[in-house]
Amino acid sequence: MELLLVIARVLLSFTIGLGVVVLLVWGERKVVADMQSRLGPMRTGPYGILQTVADGLKLLFKEQVTPSRVERFVFELAPFLSAVPALLLVLVIPFARPLEVTIGGEARTLQFAALDLNIGLLFILAMSSIAVYAVVLAGWSSGSKYPLIGGVRGSAQAISYEAAMGLAMVAVVMWSTTLPAVSDLGALSLSEIVLRQQTSFFGGALSWIPAWNVVPQFPAFVIFMVAIFAETNRAPFDMVEAEQEIVAGFHTEYSGMRFAMFFLAEYMNMFTMSALAVSLFLGGWGGPFLDQVGGLTATLLSFVYLLIKVAAVLFLFVWVRASFPRFRYDQLMNLGWKRLIPTALVWLILSTIVVSYRQFGAPWS
Amino acid sequence: MELFVFIVAGIGALAGALTLILAKNPVYAALGMLGTLFSLAVLYVTQLAHFVAAVQVVVYAGAIMTLFLFVIMLIGVDRAEDTSEKLTSQRYGAIAVLAGAVLFAGYLWLSGTFTWSLAASNGPPPVGSIEETGFLLFAEWLLPFEVTSLLLIVASVGAVALALFRPLRRSGK
Repeated sequence: MELLLVIARVLLSFTIGLGVVVLLVWGERKVVADMQSRLGPMRTGPYGILQTVADGLKLLFKEQVTPSRVERFVFELAPFLSAVPALLLVLVIPFARPLEVTIGGEARTLQFAALDLNIGLLFILAMSSIAVYAVVLAGWSSGSKYPLIGGVRGSAQAISYEAAMGLAMVAVVMWSTTLPAVSDLGALSLSEIVLRQQTSFFGGALSWIPAWNVVPQFPAFVIFMVAIFAETNRAPFDMVEAEQEIVAGFHTEYSGMRFAMFFLAEYMNMFTMSALAVSLFLGGWGGPFLDQVGGLTATLLSFVYLLIKVAAVLFLFVWVRASFPRFRYDQLMNLGWKRLIPTALVWLILSTIVVSYRQFGAPWS
Repeated sequence: MELFVFIVAGIGALAGALTLILAKNPVYAALGMLGTLFSLAVLYVTQLAHFVAAVQVVVYAGAIMTLFLFVIMLIGVDRAEDTSEKLTSQRYGAIAVLAGAVLFAGYLWLSGTFTWSLAASNGPPPVGSIEETGFLLFAEWLLPFEVTSLLLIVASVGAVALALFRPLRRSGK
């Protein structure tokens, strides 16, 4: 029974993740086309909605070219190093409100995150640092100039912005320790962070305003958003695969299914990072009327709320891509090391002062 | 299950360590080191030390990443390291150490009082190991912790200083 539940939860997470990715690839092309006064994909299905499926099938049957100068073992390992962490990251996202059910006369709470880790956020950081290897190893093992440049750029960029992202996360975790605890998982768990945001700072007529972290942690939110754009190698930070300079960056030499795995990982990362931003800052699956309806309806409704919020963040991703030109490499490094990290450090110190005041009272008391 | 994970992760760690020592190409050596550290993290998970496992991956993966960059940018992509032996006497030393280790293991085995402890993860899960680690680090071992970080800063500043500020050679200008 336990095992079946775990398998069901993992399958549910994968299904949601892959489904969103299929729609996201199509949606991005449609939105960008709309912003550039084009039609975008129109021929596969209504409004071209089956375009991703068609592309996926095409990639599945394509020949996998292996250039002669590659380091074969690493060359074949790199796509997996890219796709596996991306898939594992989906497992920690809490998709919906926990459901209270009775199975075999035993009351229990069903969580809708496949992995309810008490180190949730550290797991996310660990997986995204594994994913960097995919880029640098793919670039190195291809045995050609442009992939190497793309790989080195990508790793430098990821290391720089991971620091800012981690600092923003620390500020959020410390802030959420001041909110009342719900379960015994501790403030590093993503489900716990989401649950703690469902309370309110106000009483009475204003108690419908939720305690989302985006308000008290707004600077951390901005830093986090910029950092996840860089972490997912999206425009304006897509130095890794800058088409005009280095062909396609680290995956220039890849074709067929191996290329498809990099592509899948990139879009999967976009989805998980958006869901992470929503869970950390925007109240996760929270929304109005959840307590009033209750039960299974509330769980489904909370899932819809989460999808709406994630779609909004993903739209921001596409919008930024269509609006901003790419950074130069030195501008990218300047922004990361001279702006984002110092700002994140200062904000962390300020936030710590507020948190310790809320927890322990004024130092003179 | 636990034994199975232990065997797989142990083989992974040993294979990674052997790759680290034996690989001709420094990139493969760094990759082997990554494999070893990741297998160790898996072993930590089986011991229910989730926090240590996550920190292991976060910290060491980042560290090896920089190692990769050094290899690629400083040594160059295609050149393998010069592996001709400089210290020929070290072979005999290694054989002596190995023989000593075998003798010591034999002594332990013969004396018969040595038992493998397999029951580490049977106890209750350590709740709040993050808090405990933090408390130990910042209360009990604060001074060693700070001194270690100071040492690391001195080392990195020294490396930068050695690499950048060489004495100017007189080249006739």
